[in-house]
Amino acid sequence: MPILEVRNLRKTFGKTEVLKGIDFTLEKGGVLSVIGSSGSGKTTMLRCLNFLERPDAGSIIVNGETLLDCSVPSTLNEAEIRKKRLHFGLVFQSFNLFPQYAALENVMLSPKLLAAERHDHDFDKGALRAEAEELFASIGLSERMGNYPHQLSGGQQQRVAIARALIMHPDILCFDEPTSALDPELTGEVLKVIRGLSEKNTTMIIVTHEMEFARDVANHVIFMDNGVICEQGDPLEVFNNPKEERTKQFLSRYSQK
Amino acid sequence: MNTFLEQLPVVIGALNVGFIQTLKLFSLTLLGAFPLGLIIAFGSLSKIRAISVTTQFIIWIIRGTPLMIQLLIVYYFPGLVLHNPIWGGGEQGRFLAATLAFVINYACYFSEIYRGGIQSVPVGQTEAGLVLGMTRRQIFFHVTLLQMIKRIVPPISNEIITLVKDTALARIIALQEIIWAGQAFMKGSHGISGAIWPLFFTAFYYLVFNGIVTVLLAKFERKLDYFR
Repeated sequence: MPILEVRNLRKTFGKTEVLKGIDFTLEKGGVLSVIGSSGSGKTTMLRCLNFLERPDAGSIIVNGETLLDCSVPSTLNEAEIRKKRLHFGLVFQSFNLFPQYAALENVMLSPKLLAAERHDHDFDKGALRAEAEELFASIGLSERMGNYPHQLSGGQQQRVAIARALIMHPDILCFDEPTSALDPELTGEVLKVIRGLSEKNTTMIIVTHEMEFARDVANHVIFMDNGVICEQGDPLEVFNNPKEERTKQFLSRYSQK
Repeated sequence: MNTFLEQLPVVIGALNVGFIQTLKLFSLTLLGAFPLGLIIAFGSLSKIRAISVTTQFIIWIIRGTPLMIQLLIVYYFPGLVLHNPIWGGGEQGRFLAATLAFVINYACYFSEIYRGGIQSVPVGQTEAGLVLGMTRRQIFFHVTLLQMIKRIVPPISNEIITLVKDTALARIIALQEIIWAGQAFMKGSHGISGAIWPLFFTAFYYLVFNGIVTVLLAKFERKLDYFR
């Protein structure tokens, strides 16, 4: 059984149809790269998965549980959406760390608030901190836990953002162009962390413009164009031997760079 | 009591009494207008159109008319129009009426500053909180609020300094604040009459107090310098 199944996902903003029926599945531990030009709907798809946008049609099934089925009329309340949302994690292009908290506090804030909310008196703050410190070690930032976001480089901020997403233990971790806001010399350190996660069998969906990375780290790649999946398959197959004309054009524009 | 040196201690004593009333009006206005302004800000940001339009209409009226007229209406309207003089005739009644008018007036100004502050916090902050499973309430109090406060300190400081001087408007309903106390020496008070210098002298009180307020606000602003 796939960990994620997306069926016929559609989303329209005003008169613009951004997603025109997206279908794909993702196996547990799998890494899915999503490529395509700007405006092809990649980000909107991730935002739908994370319940930041409400799709107009389609369904999202995680571990056999239907999180969303637009064909069934239902009004989800805020609490239900929050619970569903936690199946996914999202790392933003612009990091979105909370500026008033040091790096360690950024990572620990949400688990702490959630424990306080459910009046969890057995909540083990020490264990949380130990886990956070372990995450900082894994992203190579043990020395910078006490720094505020503005004291960190873009690459460091994005690594903290990844740790902050990981501490929520999402089933599927999504990345929305995680290196697009970084100086070229800082992308490597972030990609290295993501690569490390794939080696630990973290299930991930990565929207990226780093073609080489998309090919190397993923075991499945989707090429999106104009709101539809134009081509998908094994990365080597799609990158070295694209079948669709649009894919060829897109990839050739990148190889010219 | 004709010489300046004879008059000085008497005048200072009377001005001090008036200034205490000024300070009380000033502090209670802030105490009431800070939270009320936030509620009004949420009202004008509401997704329910009826609420946001009504709130913006009220803000338009309050900001579009002189505070002096608002003071007169709050104080005289219940008695003269409704024949129900809820404020009574004494200093206490005048003080309550003045405080109410000031709180409403300043809350409307604050609400617009808050609104700007809330809207200036990047939407990515809220979205980051949402994908981490936080409630909107948790996001407001633990993520957005402090960033908003940091952004609004300079404009709010401006309003606070204006308020120090605006309290003088309460004289229109004969609240016995410092301007009233100073002016009383022209007509005659504490055995002194025809003296205009006590009125001029009140400016000194405002100046010193605003100096203190400015220093405190600058300190607070620096406290929030630890993040960007």
